[in-house]
Amino acid sequence: MNAHNNVSRRRLLTGSLAAGFLLAFHLPLRAAPNEPVQRDVTDGKFAPNAFIRIDETGRTVLMMPQVEMGQGTYTSISAVIAEELDADWSKVEVQHAPPNDKLYANPTFGLQVTGNSNSIRAWWTPLRKAGATARAMLVQAAASQWGVEPASCTASKGEVTHPASGRKLGYGELAMAAQGQTPPKDVAIKDPKDFVLIGQPLKRLDTPDKVNGKALYGIDAILPDMKIAVIANCPVFGGKVGKVDDSAAMKIAGVRKVVVLDDAVAVIGDHMWAAKKGLEALEIEWNEGPNARISSKDVWDDLRKASEKDGAVAKSTGDIAKALASGDKFEAAYELPFLAHASMEPVNATVRITKDSCEIWTGTQIMTRVQSEAAKAAGVSVDKVIVNQHLLGGGFGRKLEPDMVVAAVRIAKQVDYPVKVIWTREEDIQHDVYRPVYRDQITASLVDGKVAAWKYKVAGSAILARWLPPAFQKGIDIDAIDAAVDAPYDFANFHVEYVRAEPLSIPTGFWRGVGPNNNVFAVECAMDELARKAGKDPIEFRRSMLTKNPRMLAVLNQVAEKSGWGQPLPPRVGRGVCVQPSFASFIATVVEAEIDDFGEIALRRVTSVVDTGIAVNPDTVKAQIEGGLIFGLTAALYGEITIDKGRVQQSNFHDYRMMRINETPKIEVTVVKSGEAPGGIGEAGVNAGPPALRNAIYAASGVALRRLPIDRKLLAAGKKA
Amino acid sequence: MATTLTINGETKSFDAPADMPLLCVLRDILGMTGTKFGCGIAQCGACTVHVDGKAVRSCVLPISTVANRAITTIEHVGSTPAGAKVQKAWLDAEVIQCGYCQSGQIMSAAALLAATPNPDDADIDAAMAGNICRCGTYVRIREAIKLAASGRQS
Repeated sequence: MNAHNNVSRRRLLTGSLAAGFLLAFHLPLRAAPNEPVQRDVTDGKFAPNAFIRIDETGRTVLMMPQVEMGQGTYTSISAVIAEELDADWSKVEVQHAPPNDKLYANPTFGLQVTGNSNSIRAWWTPLRKAGATARAMLVQAAASQWGVEPASCTASKGEVTHPASGRKLGYGELAMAAQGQTPPKDVAIKDPKDFVLIGQPLKRLDTPDKVNGKALYGIDAILPDMKIAVIANCPVFGGKVGKVDDSAAMKIAGVRKVVVLDDAVAVIGDHMWAAKKGLEALEIEWNEGPNARISSKDVWDDLRKASEKDGAVAKSTGDIAKALASGDKFEAAYELPFLAHASMEPVNATVRITKDSCEIWTGTQIMTRVQSEAAKAAGVSVDKVIVNQHLLGGGFGRKLEPDMVVAAVRIAKQVDYPVKVIWTREEDIQHDVYRPVYRDQITASLVDGKVAAWKYKVAGSAILARWLPPAFQKGIDIDAIDAAVDAPYDFANFHVEYVRAEPLSIPTGFWRGVGPNNNVFAVECAMDELARKAGKDPIEFRRSMLTKNPRMLAVLNQVAEKSGWGQPLPPRVGRGVCVQPSFASFIATVVEAEIDDFGEIALRRVTSVVDTGIAVNPDTVKAQIEGGLIFGLTAALYGEITIDKGRVQQSNFHDYRMMRINETPKIEVTVVKSGEAPGGIGEAGVNAGPPALRNAIYAASGVALRRLPIDRKLLAAGKKA
Repeated sequence: MATTLTINGETKSFDAPADMPLLCVLRDILGMTGTKFGCGIAQCGACTVHVDGKAVRSCVLPISTVANRAITTIEHVGSTPAGAKVQKAWLDAEVIQCGYCQSGQIMSAAALLAATPNPDDADIDAAMAGNICRCGTYVRIREAIKLAASGRQS
């Protein structure tokens, strides 16, 4: 149960998912609207592999197999390639890769997907080798021109040098000759002590165009003759369209067409305003179907009942039954609500259908799946679908789904012009795939102030069973129990079970932090309650069971010191801790929070210490933890999607609240220097916030909250556990 | 309805209904996509522009109310002293993640600094609380505003 290496566990499928090779057009990251799209031309360039293009001027274009949704991966991936390539960083440019699983499939998933905080973990070795191979070919080209041994040459900042003679050639000058070189087998990669780019807080490559309005997101696509549509999906999941009266809508100036699909209606207009007014003017009768009877209470009754069943055993060590029979027994259940993603860019896709082709402009985390699903919806072969990838205005897992593209294709099929289909914020929130509801039960026993037995049963949706069916084996969703089986502590008798419980009618999907969302919360809440039962300080209690996990222990010790743990606090103020080994990173976090007489929470301070192995870009690591913490704390403070009559009750930011700057505390993140392999970082902070805050509230009030979001009513002055 | 607006110092004439929000004109009629659609109800601030130097939410601002006013968008805010300082500070402090909300954040911050050259934390909270960032860049937004105000930029 110590440090995990989840690459192998999550190495799922390869091969069969690969789609055919496709010559795709793609937009550069930045373009004036209506500027012609650029083709990725390799003619006249050194193109040693799918990732590197160097032309005769030395311009170095790197193709990005992972998508940029804010996590900084374009800069980090580029640094990894450029490090081994010994490129001139100032000449590096990035381009979205086209959809092509053969060339760009994520090595862990076998599919061109960005998720699970694994871009750097999955590509660390393949991209270093890609860079090193290209470097070797450039060196060979120079050596052959000079008639010297390649080993007598060096390369740095986009130049090959022969130190003995002082001769130098730039990569641009060598590009054509390098293209003719044979790539070396088993190329050597650098000793990390020789890194010059990796480990530096390099400035991000994508941000200069994000301060002046030039960066292009999917929603910014503009095509000649394009119209804009807004969509109304059936408000009840699984319901269908009954009757539509469009007579009032069609009278609105600028409305072009009303498209009726079996489960949704769209209005196409000259602009979003006309489309939106048209949609409001429609009279739609829905055939809501049986799901219209479902409410949140039904969902929870169902989940609680399911959670009483025995689950599939994911891991069991020692003798759990015997160990639970002795010692001081503890039992608790923790419950997490549905959550929407609410990326700031609402979901959207632009589609142009011609007789035998389908072209898409969008920002997606799953390029090839979008391509294949669009092909099915358009009724064309996959090679006729062109996907123009854009920057994502947030992804958080929502854009691991192709539904918005499929809907746009179905709408675009009805017209002979390109159409941009935008989901209003209301549609975005009410037709999401939701972070599942979870009920996590922990039964444990204490002997001599330590956990002697730990039985943990997770009940919730198996997202992988839908999203990647072959990964769902023996009744176990490896995502839902990810950080349950990898608990960081020395528990001699340890048992994890999983009960698959699909919520009635509500679609579920990956949400930033994924399975560890529920695991880290349940484990760290239970650890705090057990510490209190044992009469120990929460950090001291954890330390005593981290003896086999030195990386976890080290960050915990550091965070205790940096957060001022143990120093006196005013009444109704508390500190709470969370340790987590998720995504192969080790993070310890302390939240300090204050509760007022009405149970309102003020965040005072957050301190995090992170060991993510080699931090490719330490500033990006910090930024991801800062932002992840806020994402998770937002959920703990406010996040809940509820259901009534089969419908989502929340609709926009007034009732699905986000933390704002005035609620944001001081956040200090320390990135530990490490020579270990890089861990994942994009999601880790999300999972630290909720348990650390909940434990701070526990310390401040004595109230052991076991559900999120935080119920203020339980925390008003005078309330006790 | 034929309408004329002054946007980024240029006169723009187009045909649009009087109740159309300015955001829709910018994005769908004029093709100026730097200003973003986020919520449509003035809750998130992604659509923030300046009208006579003040930060306003363009998603709920009918164009009939802004004739004869000076409208500035993210594409042009760099030509104002406060806007240029803010853009630079945003890059120096590496504020941005996905960036989708940042046009609005920068417009709000530029309006703040133009009116209040040395804002304290309460001023920053008051001016910026209308702008949501889902990536959670608030810590750096605060830092960047102070950096821009200090004149200590690189």
